[in-house]
Amino acid sequence: MAFKLNVNGHSTSVDVPPDMPLLWVLRDVLNLKAAKFGCGIAQCGACTVHVAGQPVRSCSYPVSSVGTKAVTTLEGLSATGNHPLQQAWETVDVPQCGYCQAGQIMSAAALLAKTPKPTDKDIDTAMSGNLCRCGTYLRIREAIHKAADMGPNASAKTVQTASKE
Amino acid sequence: MKRTETKNVMDRRSFFKISAVAGGGVMFTLPFAEELLAQGRGGAAPPPPNPNNFIKVALDGTVTIVAKNPETGQGVRNMLPMMIADELDVDWKNVKLDQADFDDSKYTAQSSGGSTATPNAWTPMRQAGAAGRAMFVTAAAQKWGVPETELTTGSGKVNHASSKRSVGYGELAAAVAKLPAPDMSRVKLKDASEYKIIGKKHSAYDISKIVTGAPIFGVDVTLPGMLHACFEKCGVFGGKVVSANLDEIKKLPGVKHAFVVERPIVTDAVIPGEPGLENGIAIVAETWWHAQSARQKLKVQWDEGIHASESSVGYQAKAEAMGKAAPQRTLRADGDADGALKSAAKVVEASYSYPFIAHAPLEPQNCTAMFKDGKLEMWGNSQQPGRGRKLVSDTVGVAESDISLHMVRAGGGFGRRLTNDYMVEAAWIAKQIPGVPVKLIWSREDDMRHDYYRPGGWQNLKAGIDASGKIVGWKNHFLSYGDGETFASSSAMGPTEFPQRFVPNYTLQSSVQRLGIRTGALRAPSSNAFAFVIQSFIDELAHAAGKDPAQYRLDLLASGAPVPAPAAPPAGGGRGGFAPPGMNAERMIGAMKLAMEKSEWGKKKYPAGTAQGIAFHFSHMGYFAEVAEVTVVGTKVKLNKVWVAGDIGSQIINPSGAENLVHGGVIDGMSELMMQEITVDKGRVVQGNFNTHGMVRINQAPPVIEVHFVKSTASPTGLGEPSLPPILPAIANAIFTASGKRLRQLPLSKAGMSWA
Repeated sequence: MAFKLNVNGHSTSVDVPPDMPLLWVLRDVLNLKAAKFGCGIAQCGACTVHVAGQPVRSCSYPVSSVGTKAVTTLEGLSATGNHPLQQAWETVDVPQCGYCQAGQIMSAAALLAKTPKPTDKDIDTAMSGNLCRCGTYLRIREAIHKAADMGPNASAKTVQTASKE
Repeated sequence: MKRTETKNVMDRRSFFKISAVAGGGVMFTLPFAEELLAQGRGGAAPPPPNPNNFIKVALDGTVTIVAKNPETGQGVRNMLPMMIADELDVDWKNVKLDQADFDDSKYTAQSSGGSTATPNAWTPMRQAGAAGRAMFVTAAAQKWGVPETELTTGSGKVNHASSKRSVGYGELAAAVAKLPAPDMSRVKLKDASEYKIIGKKHSAYDISKIVTGAPIFGVDVTLPGMLHACFEKCGVFGGKVVSANLDEIKKLPGVKHAFVVERPIVTDAVIPGEPGLENGIAIVAETWWHAQSARQKLKVQWDEGIHASESSVGYQAKAEAMGKAAPQRTLRADGDADGALKSAAKVVEASYSYPFIAHAPLEPQNCTAMFKDGKLEMWGNSQQPGRGRKLVSDTVGVAESDISLHMVRAGGGFGRRLTNDYMVEAAWIAKQIPGVPVKLIWSREDDMRHDYYRPGGWQNLKAGIDASGKIVGWKNHFLSYGDGETFASSSAMGPTEFPQRFVPNYTLQSSVQRLGIRTGALRAPSSNAFAFVIQSFIDELAHAAGKDPAQYRLDLLASGAPVPAPAAPPAGGGRGGFAPPGMNAERMIGAMKLAMEKSEWGKKKYPAGTAQGIAFHFSHMGYFAEVAEVTVVGTKVKLNKVWVAGDIGSQIINPSGAENLVHGGVIDGMSELMMQEITVDKGRVVQGNFNTHGMVRINQAPPVIEVHFVKSTASPTGLGEPSLPPILPAIANAIFTASGKRLRQLPLSKAGMSWA
């Protein structure tokens, strides 16, 4: 079945089964590998992307539900990889293995879009759907605060699709 | 061919092109195999490697250093090159890393496990860098006609102060290429005070790629014309396919191939450490989703084999029976423990237990393979690629020399990727469809139900203390898995387990039962369970003696006999198990005192329900003492703060990575303590995903984990594992002080407890 998708600001067409999760469309059809497969049942958050600006677990989000809503993956979070969160993640040296971090950053981006100056509690609430097997949670908190301190003006232009709808 | 790191491949090619055309550039060999082998501990030493390349300096001065070990998140990809770069005297910001393929004819010890990379690499990697530096000095001395002693180096340049001359390494590369390797006995290593890279914080080399989602993990490997595979195995280990509806499966959308895999596999009373390719069904399709969807339509009749009636209930019943019977074996008997218990002022008895748990690295097992013209090319993230290649060779009948293996970043390891079942599955499938690259990915359920589990076990302890509180006798009846004198993999207890040597009368006895699931090394194998038992029980003894638990430990540590020569590894120790040198009590006392100082042990006044607990444990040559502060309200436990003090030698190579790894050790330990348990029913593992085998989430993580290191004079050792074991008993001991609950069974959720 053909679906027209808007991914990271680009219009694209895919021919896939309607129940195929968005994750596998992104990874195996569109070759966008940032979103990761971790559990397949929306438990770990490694597959987190934005649909219409909202964080969703793409492993459990059928492609048929996307419709015309804009999809943003980590590849599309900033044009040059310098979103405040990406900068903060580098400065704080957050990752260990790094596998969960695409999902972490996308959940954090959705948080900051709604709550520019989050408290630890805000962070814990927004980020508790994202597992980190290596246990980098303390640095994730630190990096989100750091990105918040940089403010939205430090942000590279987010690929516009994320906030359109 | 398209690789995952296209840009790097391009860079590398252009580098080779330049150096070939110009006849320049220089590559250094690492002729230090003997030393490296001499540092290896226990087990069979790898065969002596041929000289190999670690450093490349291009004519434009670009320095490329080979990162030889598998990166699983432990930071080794930074650390080993940092050692080389510092001694080479180049700036880290100008260094490029080149990930080695697996090649044991060029590189040694290309594995990640047992916290061994640092101790194994510390001397040879620095020597490689220092040898390189010496050659640039020689080349500059010849160029300028001045004595080498007048030359200094820094930032990739050789300098001659008196004539104010300076030359970059790139300009010297052509001359250096013609020099013989220096006499290593005359190559001087830096004093620690001269380090510019070692000991400084460096973010992960790949961090820009990680935060932009670049395809750097095993699961991201993509090749032209690649197909995707899944592999269905029987839930019971060793089960075979009797019949399956493969004709139907092959007709499903996107499905290209479906195979029954039939293999002779050992399903004995004790499953071998790495039994090899299992029976099952492989489905190959145009995307992984197509393969996995077809799999849901599989109708398979299994011959479940000899383990189909096993269950956790059965294991527990057998353990209870063994606990009441005479021990099958005595592993150690120092003095007369029975006599000491009879004459003791007080005897304390307790039974502890811990379950099977799964590794569950976040990146599910995967491997990509292509079979073409009789050769296999593979992309994998094994922690032991050498063993993996051998297993593949033995199983699919391709000579090791015809298997090339690219080492791709792993989304966590924790010991799961020490074994290579996914590699051999990918190779088998690829061999059926020559010329077509195939990527195999396991589902999370595959991973959790086909793991090499941290073995469960039981320990029935009895200790006697004299009137002063000193431990005079210690008996442990250790109940584990195995058959006769063979322990299942990673299921043994060594005869020198603490407090052996610190208690005059010490008896360790064991009984084992058979087991039909696979076991193996999980981060800090054995220690991750034993520390909880032993350090909790010592806490019980401290309270029975009416002593401060920290001072009680210091007194116990001070009472020990000297460190004996390293012992042989315990039989069935499994991968990751090696013979560690005995614990040096002085170093542990140092870690204990630092933890006590930083946590202000015994000096804080807490409200009811809040308390500190302390524990220490020696593993993988690392000395760790940890203090946990908890608040217990009913069955809810909040971990307020943790103080970690560790001694892993004279030098922390990368303080940023080190602190991060210790955070991880603590948080991983929190998961093991509170919430993780694998159970078996009808021979099958019950739990399949993170909803039933969970891990700590960010809202449960403490706000602060202080990490402190004792800088001792010992040679640096590894940090992947030793920070984990003490956190379990430190928290359990804090829970006791805060609530009066002495919890002796893991996970604590079995007693209704949970993280707040």
